[in-house]
Amino acid sequence: MSWNTFSTVAETVKALDDKKVSAVELATHYLDRADALQPILNAYVTLDREKTLTEAKVADDNRAAGVAAPLLGVPIAHKDIYLIDGWRTTCGSRMLENFVAPYSSTVVRNMSAAGMVTLGKLNMDEFAMGSSNETSYFGTVKNPWDTSRVPGGSSGGSAASVAAGLTPASTGTDTGGSIRQPAMFCNLTGLKPTYGICSRFGIIAFASSLDQAGPFAQTAEDCALLLSAMAGFDTNDATSLDRPKENYSLDLAKRLTGLRIGLPKEFFGEGVAPGIAKAVDEALAVYRKLGATTVEVSLPNVKYSVPAYYVVAPAEASSNLSRFDGVRYGHRAAEYTDLMDMYKRSRAEGFGAEVKRRILIGTYVLSHGYYDAYYLQAGKLRRLIADDFKRAYEVCDVVMGPTAPETAFQFGSKSDDPVKMYLNDIFTICANLTGQPAMSLPCGVDENGLHVGMQIIGNYLDEARMLNVAHQFQLATDWHTCHPSI
Amino acid sequence: MSLSSQDIERIAHLARIRVTPADVLDVQAKLEGIFKLIDEMQAVNTQGIEPMSHGLDMVLRLRDDAVTETNHREKYQKNAPQTAEGYFLVPKVIE
Repeated sequence: MSWNTFSTVAETVKALDDKKVSAVELATHYLDRADALQPILNAYVTLDREKTLTEAKVADDNRAAGVAAPLLGVPIAHKDIYLIDGWRTTCGSRMLENFVAPYSSTVVRNMSAAGMVTLGKLNMDEFAMGSSNETSYFGTVKNPWDTSRVPGGSSGGSAASVAAGLTPASTGTDTGGSIRQPAMFCNLTGLKPTYGICSRFGIIAFASSLDQAGPFAQTAEDCALLLSAMAGFDTNDATSLDRPKENYSLDLAKRLTGLRIGLPKEFFGEGVAPGIAKAVDEALAVYRKLGATTVEVSLPNVKYSVPAYYVVAPAEASSNLSRFDGVRYGHRAAEYTDLMDMYKRSRAEGFGAEVKRRILIGTYVLSHGYYDAYYLQAGKLRRLIADDFKRAYEVCDVVMGPTAPETAFQFGSKSDDPVKMYLNDIFTICANLTGQPAMSLPCGVDENGLHVGMQIIGNYLDEARMLNVAHQFQLATDWHTCHPSI
Repeated sequence: MSLSSQDIERIAHLARIRVTPADVLDVQAKLEGIFKLIDEMQAVNTQGIEPMSHGLDMVLRLRDDAVTETNHREKYQKNAPQTAEGYFLVPKVIE
């Protein structure tokens, strides 16, 4: 099989197997492209050609020696929130501008064990707080489909890099939609798995009860290959699920006859742009043709997702980010009067405006006298939202709806109004609060030619079925094969 | 709810973040907007509902009480702003 810039992970594996291309050739090609497009897209924070080519050479040597690894020699780029031993890891922040990771995250180690070659570290919203990649200390990432528009966030570099053909796949993290919304904005397939199946060890923590690692790729088939490599029990993560390793590709070929799709009326009301509603309706028609049935369900408490999230996420962030004190690592102010002043100035200088806002919100809701009214109430709402989904799954197998209420927006259109920005995550946040798996797949364009994503929310640990549902759609449609001309 | 500029200064102190007098008004305005959104959830009667922190209601594991890590002090301290003889240096706190 021949190979090209936009070959999928599955096609790249085949091309490597057939000796049409080597790992060193692949790495060189994508690094050259990354260098050429960096001034336009700003997708990467750090590239290290020498490190990458060394890894690629090892992959080629291993292949020649007959070492078996499922993704041996396939390039991958990681969101700059994943620690990789010896690589600068910034989390998009001035605070960690010069931080060199002293060890590697479990997910990166798992992907390296599967044979993948690290291309570099991808730009992101600072500490993963943002929906547009406008909060990165290292500048905004541009959407490869229209560079006047945002790529989505917080995993904006992860999405832009795959969409622009800078890498066949990337990793992201999703705390409130940070994989799914950029996947929609950049016309990709992105998956946030069930909380606890991908280790959080070595991923810089934002909101520990919500953060999950997941893949970006062009296809669901690729996401299955990537997730099979990423996921797995890890004793280093106290919330890791102790279960056997799973092959997420096993169910891809299953027919969808009899599949019951739940359509929450709360996801199809006003507030969804007409072009998005139309594309999602057309996608649902494809599913009916494939043998699925649709049923209306109701998630009455899902409307409290955003308020509950903006208690839980900032509360946990304020606690997690207290480690950045200018003592053990990270930015330290040049001038200060005493220890307290050193803390305050280092944190004021090291963090950007959005990160500081969220730390302040979190500090407030956790402060004396407010815990019950905020964090506890939000925890109870999480239960009510999870119960809504439990009831829905009595009559359906998967839930579907739009990934976001509007398509990729212009830079600056929301950055002065945090609440407006937060509401862009209105459909994605619920799956983080409940811990369910959810994904976005390309399903059309709006009247301006901007890409629309269909969100699939599955029941706990139902990733194999969701990937099957997405893969069958991609066999019947070609939205996922569209690439920007860049 | 409304936040006073004293509230902002108190929270900022608790969070160990310097907020200059020039920033207080902007922070106050943005936080008030966010709390207006957050306060929508106060409308829900959640009496008797058990709060949830993990979807699969897992319990935390215990591990064997055994040493699993080796000493990486030198490597870890490479990222520190100021060290001496294996210690992290901070401004003088004891007179």
